[in-house]
Amino acid sequence: MRPVYMVSGGITKFAKAHPEMTFQLMVKKAYDYALNDIGLTHKEAVNAIDGSVASYFSDHFTRQLMAGIMVQDYLGLVPKPGHRVEGGGATGGICFQEAYKSVASGVMDVCVAYGFETMSHVNTWKGNEFIALASDTNFDYPVGGFYTGYYAMMVVRHMKEFGTKVEQMAMVSVKNHINAYHNPYAQKREKLSIKDVRNAPMVAWPLTRLDVCVMSDGAAVAILASEEGIKKLERISGTKINPVRISGIGRGTDSMRMADRPHGKVILLPHESPDDYKHLDYPGIHSFRAGRMATKLAYEMAKIKDPLKDIDFVELHDAYTSSEIQTYEDMGLCKYGEGGKFVEEGNPFMPNIDYGLKLKKKGTIPVNPSGGLIACGHPVGATGLMQAVFAFWQIQHSIKKHFGNDILQVKNAKRGAIHSHAGTGTYVTVSILEKA
Amino acid sequence: MKKNKEIMTIPETEEGTVLFNVPFPKDLKQLKDMSPIVILQHYGINYIHSYGQDSPFFAGLANGHLLGTKCSKCGYVHVTPKLHCQECGGECEWIELPKEGRIHTFTVCYFGSEEFLKETPFMLVLVEFEGAKTLMLSRLLGVDPDKVSLDLIGKKVKPKFKRNSKFKPTDVYFVLAE
Repeated sequence: MRPVYMVSGGITKFAKAHPEMTFQLMVKKAYDYALNDIGLTHKEAVNAIDGSVASYFSDHFTRQLMAGIMVQDYLGLVPKPGHRVEGGGATGGICFQEAYKSVASGVMDVCVAYGFETMSHVNTWKGNEFIALASDTNFDYPVGGFYTGYYAMMVVRHMKEFGTKVEQMAMVSVKNHINAYHNPYAQKREKLSIKDVRNAPMVAWPLTRLDVCVMSDGAAVAILASEEGIKKLERISGTKINPVRISGIGRGTDSMRMADRPHGKVILLPHESPDDYKHLDYPGIHSFRAGRMATKLAYEMAKIKDPLKDIDFVELHDAYTSSEIQTYEDMGLCKYGEGGKFVEEGNPFMPNIDYGLKLKKKGTIPVNPSGGLIACGHPVGATGLMQAVFAFWQIQHSIKKHFGNDILQVKNAKRGAIHSHAGTGTYVTVSILEKA
Repeated sequence: MKKNKEIMTIPETEEGTVLFNVPFPKDLKQLKDMSPIVILQHYGINYIHSYGQDSPFFAGLANGHLLGTKCSKCGYVHVTPKLHCQECGGECEWIELPKEGRIHTFTVCYFGSEEFLKETPFMLVLVEFEGAKTLMLSRLLGVDPDKVSLDLIGKKVKPKFKRNSKFKPTDVYFVLAE
């Protein structure tokens, strides 16, 4: 395998609905932004790009099979190679990694990863039904298929097992909404308090409406290249590229039915020991084994020994405040069981923003500086790529250029992790981006 | 306060007016300022769906039996049935599950997918059984959804079966046994 770099990215603002655009145009807007950022015209891009990977989750939402080829067509990339990937909520993360593989393998020098979702075409509760079809339709969906209900059961067990509190979950919501207040790409830019989160309507006990991400329309694009690809792009456009290296990818899986997850031993990260988890039945339904597997593989590849020291920020899949806390643990930012305390101490907050909270260890490692899914929105196929674009801009130190302000720029950001997660932790990807 | 604000909004519904034409400008340049045309499209399908090798589970529910599977090679018990062992790959046999289980975790759904919205609030539960590591997803009845707490975890529950089977996993549900 050879080194792979991200060279540009673009996002079509996530919104409740984009009725003025079809999915093809939504992707084109993000694509054109990415081309423009590295000084490429449409024709130059067509000459430079070797192929693509398309990311969208649900054929039910599009009501259109083969939507990927319609995007390829609209971007003017036919007859170049392309394919679609799908893996629930992790579709975007998987797409990013498949584009990585296309370049790392030497098959392509420049590969575009594009993703979108059009969730506004059905009402919210039908949308929840479509999402719940990504649970076992023989045994789980008919019982009352509802993803917030599934995650609620997981966090109830986390609370029982480790003493995690609803106020700690609410702190994640406060953090991500206030971060998003400074992100012009975010769908929900709100200054909230813990009280606001707890007083919001209950969706599935103990998760309130402000513990849960919203449905969105949106698109995102990431352009990946080899060293040869970067030279080719610079030659064609005459513009110097500021690349970010992708130094690790990892992926994990778990059984579709969370009821089936057997209890065993924790998959350990380099900075952990078996003694840390003597009495823990793992993963149970309180932890995401796929997230831990993905983390382990990505850290090994990027030679990360201690994430708190070796990583400067994380963009992770916070579809629920609870799953953000569970993911701190999967990613080894703290030990299993300490996720609630980790947020309560202030570790994942931005050091420079006032959240109206007393935080002892504020800003150890900012998590979801963009606002995450909770506040940016979650147009499934675009989400994992949105994280890649935000992480790319962080490491490029170009947040100010793209956001119009540098409040969310993580100072000295050299290395970041992105984490994409499918329903109840079935597919999870972790990718590491760092200064080239 | 927010509640009053919500009441002041008329809920959006999906039925619309049948519209056979729209205004059209003389100058085609104005077309780009036109609002998007949004239409209602129906999407409904009947499947002839087979439960395949899992069918005996549903036959069991119809006859008041709660079945799981046990690996004939290593003895691993799958509470929600799998006909091949997830631990060793061996072939499994059908077994009757214990008459009582315990609450492993639960939730109360105040909202849900469209299909289940009319049933809210309803309780979901994952039930654990003696001698098995895997669980079963079901509905929990007989608990006041407004008075739930972590104390419910570990409480004994027993299955109840619908008399008129629908051949769905909801043919069984659980109630507190104590």
